[in-house]
Amino acid sequence: MDASREIETEAVAPASVAPVRPARTAADDNAFKRELVQLIPHLRAFARTLCGDPTAADDLAQDAMMKAWDARASFQMGTNMKAWTFMILRNQFYSEKRRSWRQTQLDQEAAERTLVAVDDPEAPVALDEMRQGLAMLPAEQREALILVGAGGFAYEEAAEICNCAVGTVKSRVSRARRALHAILEDGSYDRDGLSAGDAMRSILADAERLSTVR
Amino acid sequence: MNQNMPSPDPRKASSAALDEARLRQQAIGVRLRQMFDEVVNEDVPDEFLEILKRADSRNAENG
Repeated sequence: MDASREIETEAVAPASVAPVRPARTAADDNAFKRELVQLIPHLRAFARTLCGDPTAADDLAQDAMMKAWDARASFQMGTNMKAWTFMILRNQFYSEKRRSWRQTQLDQEAAERTLVAVDDPEAPVALDEMRQGLAMLPAEQREALILVGAGGFAYEEAAEICNCAVGTVKSRVSRARRALHAILEDGSYDRDGLSAGDAMRSILADAERLSTVR
Repeated sequence: MNQNMPSPDPRKASSAALDEARLRQQAIGVRLRQMFDEVVNEDVPDEFLEILKRADSRNAENG
């Protein structure tokens, strides 16, 4: 019996049974690392939605990756590693925020500058508006919407990541959807040269284009 | 399901509005995923793998 098979067997054991952890082997670490490497792109994307600024986001994603690696002995292989690493990243983000309020203010300003500065002429216009619309949502609504609407997490998983009740996540997501719709619809975000309703129109047009392409 | 006919019936009108709202929410959902996936699909900077590799070798040395 090889090492990876042993881990699988352990992972399905009921949680109530006192876990007798076998000594970690190099194979365990390798399996963990392979899975962690595959999650890096997702950690980067989640960090980007929290930080806005791409450099700060990558720093955060790297910190979270290292924290996950250091804590690998406490992870049960076979359970949801994506949710586990997202939780680590989120905790890291908020503990840094608590440590330095001033720094957060700076990050926030940088994030806003970045959100406004994504003026890549090649980038679809509506994408830019979506970023700005998201930036206007309260942080807790934004992260709930990102996790469920873009990260592919179930409400239960998002609740675990955000350390709150499932009902709370549901209500945050629905409030975020409504608010985002209103922001995009009436153009209550700032953007030069775009009148009310244009953002939603371009998003609808783009969604239509995408659905015909696929 | 077809609500294309103009109708004074307020129930039909509100159902059409609901469909419209649903369509808009779907469009926002598509956008949101697209925005997220855009970063997911970026090449991962080498730094990430280097850091992990360093940690791994440090770990091997310490046993």
